[in-house]
This record gives sequence, C-alpha cells and structure tokens, in this order.
Amino acid sequence: MTLASPPAAVEKFSAAYKSHAADSASSPEWLKSRRQQAWSTFSELGLPTKRRGNELWKYTNLQPLAAADFEYGVTGSVTLDQIKAAGPWDDAWNTVVVVDGNFHAELSNLHGTAGLTAGSLAEAIAEGTGNIEQQLGSLAGSEEYAFTALSTAFIDDGAYVAVADGTELGQPVQVIFVTSDNAASRASYPRLLVDTGANSSVVLIETYVNLADSAQFSAPVVEVFAGEGSSVHHYRVQMENESSFHLGTTRVAQLGNTDFTSTSFAVGASIARNDIHTLLDAPGATCTLHGLYMTNGDQQQDQEISTTHAKPGCTSDQFYKGILSGKSTAVFSGKVIVERDAQKSEAGQKDLNLLLSRGAEIYAKPSLEIYADDVVAAHGATAGHVDRDTLFYLQSRGVDEEAAKAILVRGFAEEMLNEFKPEALNEFVEKITDERIPILLAESDTIGTA
Amino acid sequence: MTNQNTISRESDLSGGEYKWGFVTDVETDLAPKGLSEDIVRLISAKKEEPEWLLDYRLKAYAHWVELEKNDAEPTWAMIDYPGIDYQDIYYYAAPKGTNEAPKSLDDVDPEMLETFEKLGIPLQERAALAGVAVDAVFDSVSVATTMEKQLGELGIIFCSFSEAVKKHPELIKKYLGSIVPYTDNFFAALNAAVFSDGSFAYIPPGVKCPIELMTYFRINTEGSGQFERTLIVADKGSYVSYLEGCTAPFRKTSQLHAATVELVALDDAEIKYSTIQNWFPGTKEGEGGVYNFVTKRGRADKNAKISWTQVETGSAITWKYPSVILKGDNSVGEFFSVALANNHQQADTGTKMIHIGKNTKSTIVSKGISAGKGNNTYRGQVQIMPGAENAVNHTQCDSLLVGDECGAHTVPYIEVRNPTARLEHEASTSKVSDDQLFYLMARGLSEEEAHHMIITGWSRDVIKELPFEFALEASQLLKVSLEGAVG
Repeated sequence: MTLASPPAAVEKFSAAYKSHAADSASSPEWLKSRRQQAWSTFSELGLPTKRRGNELWKYTNLQPLAAADFEYGVTGSVTLDQIKAAGPWDDAWNTVVVVDGNFHAELSNLHGTAGLTAGSLAEAIAEGTGNIEQQLGSLAGSEEYAFTALSTAFIDDGAYVAVADGTELGQPVQVIFVTSDNAASRASYPRLLVDTGANSSVVLIETYVNLADSAQFSAPVVEVFAGEGSSVHHYRVQMENESSFHLGTTRVAQLGNTDFTSTSFAVGASIARNDIHTLLDAPGATCTLHGLYMTNGDQQQDQEISTTHAKPGCTSDQFYKGILSGKSTAVFSGKVIVERDAQKSEAGQKDLNLLLSRGAEIYAKPSLEIYADDVVAAHGATAGHVDRDTLFYLQSRGVDEEAAKAILVRGFAEEMLNEFKPEALNEFVEKITDERIPILLAESDTIGTA
Repeated sequence: MTNQNTISRESDLSGGEYKWGFVTDVETDLAPKGLSEDIVRLISAKKEEPEWLLDYRLKAYAHWVELEKNDAEPTWAMIDYPGIDYQDIYYYAAPKGTNEAPKSLDDVDPEMLETFEKLGIPLQERAALAGVAVDAVFDSVSVATTMEKQLGELGIIFCSFSEAVKKHPELIKKYLGSIVPYTDNFFAALNAAVFSDGSFAYIPPGVKCPIELMTYFRINTEGSGQFERTLIVADKGSYVSYLEGCTAPFRKTSQLHAATVELVALDDAEIKYSTIQNWFPGTKEGEGGVYNFVTKRGRADKNAKISWTQVETGSAITWKYPSVILKGDNSVGEFFSVALANNHQQADTGTKMIHIGKNTKSTIVSKGISAGKGNNTYRGQVQIMPGAENAVNHTQCDSLLVGDECGAHTVPYIEVRNPTARLEHEASTSKVSDDQLFYLMARGLSEEEAHHMIITGWSRDVIKELPFEFALEASQLLKVSLEGAVG
C-alpha cells in the first residue's frame, strides 16, 4: 500500500525539537547526532495512523493524541508525600525520582549502596559513565518506530541504573516517573538505562504516577543490558491519569545465562501501550514477561510483547491477564520469534481475558514465528465472562452478590498479583486492585447474567 | 480411488516426486496472453453470456485495474514470490471442441478422459460405483459432468458454471458475488473479471444429496492461469457434501490459480466442503509451481452449518483462508486443515470465523507441516461481533517441523466484541519427537515410514473429517509429498 498522506503530526513536535536542540548545545557530539538521526526518522514516520496495513496499530486509534497539544519542558512542584501517596514506596529501597522527565535529587532516596550506581541520566551522559555512549539509544533509537524515534530525538534526562559485576542487591531499586501537579498538558520523554554487570542481581521497579489531572503525553523508553549470568527482576507499574497518553517502550538485550523477568501492572492512561521486546542473544538466557491489565471507561490498554530467540537453548514465557469493563478496549499482541540457529528453544505464550461488560473489546494476537526445528513452543488465548452458575455457586454458599462478583474478579487477578514479590509493591498493587474492582463492577452489565 | 499404476512418471526425469505432472496433448483454444477489457469481453462472448454477466465482469475488471494501479496486491502474508506479470498469462484456455458442451461422455475427447483416468477420477460408470458425481474442469472449461440426470430427479442442480448461467440465470444472478463481492480483495476482483468456468450446485429445500458432488480441476496449458468460480447453494434444510481436487502438470514456469468459491447455506442447511489441493508444488529447487490465491467463503443462515476440510499439499504458494460468516442464530462453522510445505513451498493459510448471530459456534483445527525449506503459516481470525451473544469458538493449531531449514508460523487474530462469548485458542509447535521415532524404528519401521506414520496420526483429527476415498488419497499425498524430507 502506498502512503497517501504525509507523516502525521510531525509539525506539532518540531518547534519543541528545535528549541530542545538549541538548548542542549553542550551535549556530547555523539548524543547530538543520535538525536538528529532520530528526529529525521520521526519526521519521515510521523505518529502512527490506523491506515490499512499498519499491523502494529490495527486496533489502536492515536487520533486523540495527534489532535491534542502539548508543551515541552514545563515543570511544576512535587512533594515527597504526594509521591508516597501515589505510588509504591519503601524507605529501604533505593528510589530514583524523575519529575517531568528530569532527575530530582532531593526527592530521590539513595543509600549509596555498594556496587549500585543509580541517579541522573543527564549526569551519566555528561560524565560518560560506564558504557553509556555505546548503549544509550542502541536498543531503542532511530529504528522505524515512531515513539522510540521521538523519544531519542529528545534524549535529555531520566535515570541511570548500573549494577557492578557480582553485586547482588538485597533491596529493590525503584525508578519512579512522576508528572507534577500542574495544569499544563506536557509531553515528556524520560529514559531509563539499566546496565547489569556479570553475575549481578537486581530487583528493579519502574513506576509511572501522575499528579496532574490534565492530559499528559509520555513516551518513556527503557533500555536494559543484562550482563552475562545476571538476574534482573523488573516490575512495571503504570498509573497515569485517565486522560493521558502513555506510549512506553522497553528493550532488553540478554547475554548468556541471564534471567530477566518483567511483570507489568497497567491500569492507567486513556491510551496506553506497553511495548516490550527482549532479545535472547546468548545461550541459556531465560525471559519471563507477565502482566495484568485492567481497563474501564473508554480506556485503551495495549500490550505489545515480543521475544526473539536468536541463540540456542533459551527459554521464554509470556503470560498476560486482562480484566475489561465499561467501553474499554485492550489489545494483546504477543510475538515469539525463534531464529534459525536457536535450536533447543522453549517458548510459551498465553493471554487470558475476562470481559465484564457490553462494549468492552479484546483483540488478542498471540503469534509464533519459528525457523528452528528442535523447539517446543505453545500458546493459548481465551476470552470469557463470569457466568451465572459460577456466581450462583458462591451465592448459594451465603456470599452476597456484590461480594461474590468481587471475589471472582479478584480471584482472576490473584495469580498475577502474587508475582509482585517485594512486600511494599505487593501491598500497593493489591490495594489498587481492590480499589479498582468496584469501579470495574459498577460499569459491568453482564457479569453473572448468562 | 488413486490410480497410481497408470500415472505417468514424467516428473521423475527431474527428480521431483510430483506424480501428476504429465501433460495432455489436446488441442487448445487459446485467447492471446494478457489482460484487457477486450479479453474480458472475449471470455464472456466465448461463453455466450448474457449482458448482465458481462457488465458484472467489466465492473470487476475496472475495480481490479484500480487496485492494480494502487499496488493493492496483498503483501501481508508470509509469502515471498517474484511479482506476477498479469500481462504474461493466458486468461482463457479451452480444450478445442468444447465450444459445444459435450452431450454425453462419448463426446468428450478420449485424450482428456484418459487424463482424468490417470488422475484417478471416476468418470463414467466408475462414477456411479463410487457414488460420486464429478464435474471435471480442464484448464478453464468444464468438460464433463456425470450423473446429472440422476441428480436432476431429486431437483438437485449440479453442472458447470457456464451451463448454470444459461439454464438457471435467476439463481446465478441472485447469488453470484453475494458472499465474495468483487470488491473483496485483489484476487477476488481478478477472478470476477476473468473467471472461465467452475461448478454450480443447488440443493432444493429439504433434500439430502445422496451422493458426494465432486469437481476435479486441472491446469494443462503452459502459461495459463485458472480462474474458476464455484457457487453452492444449499436451500433450507438441505445437505450436500462437496469434494474438490486439483492437479497441474509439471512446468518450470509458475502458473496462477485465483479461484473464488461461494457457499450459501440457507436456514437449517448443511454444506460440507472438502478439498484436496495438489497443484504442482514446483521443483525441489523451487522452480515453477502453482501460485494458489484463492478466496473461499460461506454464509451460514439460521441453524445452518458450513464445514471446510482441506488437505493442502500442492502449490508453490498457497494463500487461502476458507471462511464462514455465521450470520444466522445457532449457526455452526468448522475448519479442518492439514497444510504441508516441503522443499521451497510456502503456505499462508487459515480461516476466518465471523460470528454475527446468537449462539453461533465455530471450531478450527489446523495442522501445519513444514519440511525442507518450506514455510507454513497458519493465519486465522475469529471475530465476535457485538450482537453474537454466547458465541463459542475453539481453535487448535499445531505445527510440526521436519528438518532445520523450514519455518512454522502461527498468526491468530482473536477479536471479541461481546462479553458473553467464550473463546479458546491453543497452539503448539514442535518437531517429531525422537522418542516416538525411536519407538517405531525399534519395531522395524524405516525412519521414513516412522515419520509418515507419526504425521498421519498427528493429522488424524483433520483426515477423519474427509469422505472415505479422499481420506485415503490425503494420506497417500502426505506420504508422497514428504518423500526426501526425512533422513
């Protein structure tokens, strides 16, 4: 299909790009050229449109994003109490706070733990910390994907987390991205770069909270370089406000015998996408991508999950669960690619959905692309509702109707909630789920009806 | 019904295993190569078609020209082939002497009868014995329909498409393009413009067709395309089982096959449609072979059932998604498929189940086998529309890999817009397990026999849906098509 229309909404971002480029004249040359290249890619692509043949955006209409206006570089005030109230918190964790895209030293809670470098990305860039020049933008840069290109064109600040070889961190590291309480509609492009040394281990919590009521646009990009034999347990909590746009991208490169798990909890934003790709680039790597998404109202929540087995003997597992109410839409687009050389691969893929109301829609596309023969791969997807019999069973045991419904929905979410291991995080996602279920049920018109 | 003793072994000269690669030396009436409005008019004139049908073709042609101009040939499938030159194809090739339709089998060119005999098609009395009524389509023209009289007594119409246009224009007018409009896709538009012949069946209300109806397609002429059109209408409460088989001679140039099949199952009717597709798959080196771009779709009204069963072993490229529109309440759609891609074959095939009515139910069982350098993709869509209360779908698609140079892909689309629907999709991909092979080989089977036995067993869920004679042929075909892939 030929492209009939010019790239969408490039103009909207171009003034901000120019002024950002002018303001960051002191950036190192390599970064400037990366930004320029990314901008030129984005100007050719524009924002994705739902045109025919655009497989990645087949079910997602970004027109509301293209129609909205955002300011760049505006920031407001945030207090620590606001952050603690909005997201998970534990004083024992090392927490990096990023406000409106910029590292905030006073709000961050860093203990100077040995073997851990955690802090400002801008500072790491300026100081050339570790392999930053080589790494930043190399997994998510100016490739043909609008949101990584856009983000890379605006690379500035965010968080940098590095774990030294052999370091096993006892407590989680949280990076919390906060949008300040300010009336402006902002665009922000925070980055997180994670570099784990050989045989190190880290629990990493990535949280997005929004203190503003206005529509925000955030296109965060996370790049994870998992060193030989390292273990990275990653959690992603997305709690943006319900008029915002959250187009998040995570790219992970795994070396030999690495263990990467990522568990996502996605309830926020008007239109949200969790786009995660892991590359199993050396034998013996294991990758587990799990998640729970809950939607209501007019929300749209996309999970774009892909894993590439590039080398033999790797294992991957994708497992997502969705609870949909109101007139909301969710998309699960899972992909597992097993390349020619990746013999002895094992891959699992599953997406289970609970639909609570008329008007809620789920689009699931669990796909496998396999070019090696000595492979065990399986996938499954289901969609269904809570039927009358199940509800009746509980009611007949003396549970009242509303409580019975809540038990059933909560029961569906439970196994995913249990995967959030750090205690304060587990309490947080359970609390949010318990608050969310009555809202889902209030918008449900079919639970237990047939 | 396979008749292997008489099968020519011409294909052996090139080392290919395709056993249906003989060429029949019959004189052919060819229209000049290339596609234009004149060709469309010529085809229509050759077939002495009424004005409305010519109009239909011309509209389809105009639409196709527009699509071609906009590069709308679909590219989303996981198939890779050099562009098709639509001006380098014969759009009309008819065996000479078929201008007047054969009045009886005696009028049919003996050479051609022999061809069909080689193919193992039970024409003549064998048809009666086998309990199968056959409509044989040679290149673009239907050459013989057996048992027409006996079927006629039940009010069943089974004849070539061209004949149906003449004898039953009201039915054709009513249903042609009603399920697959010419605007549906690039190849459907092309077919609607240049379709040459095909089969038509109509089963009157309440009639259970006592025998299986069958069409055998064969491409003979080099450089010709085949664009047949099949329309089956099962009136209220009727039943029909329809079989379709296809072969083509061994050619080093590729041949285009773009067929359209439309099924209409009115209230309470049932259509069972089985296909054994064994078009020439190309040589081991990937030269030639049939490009099979087919649009097949059925509409099931209230309480009606449409069942597609396919065994796809042939063609260099298969692009085919037999679908069911579950329009009526309580309607049922089924899709059973075994697709095999060996050597350089590429298959992108699956189904679409579109649930519109309440309590609609669909089942999908797909088995894909990849061997050699073959690539096999299951691409399926299950769509639950907002009004489809209590719709149920179960999908199972399994892939088997034989050898380390092939590919097996699964691309399901599950679209649920009604919360009361229940959907389950499961799929697996693996190779033939070493343990199973060892078990069989320890009992004296060769590696190849063991593979064949495992693959046949693995495909059983689909093969058992086929009528008996077809099941036998399907199992043989799987064996032949896999020759050389093992060991």
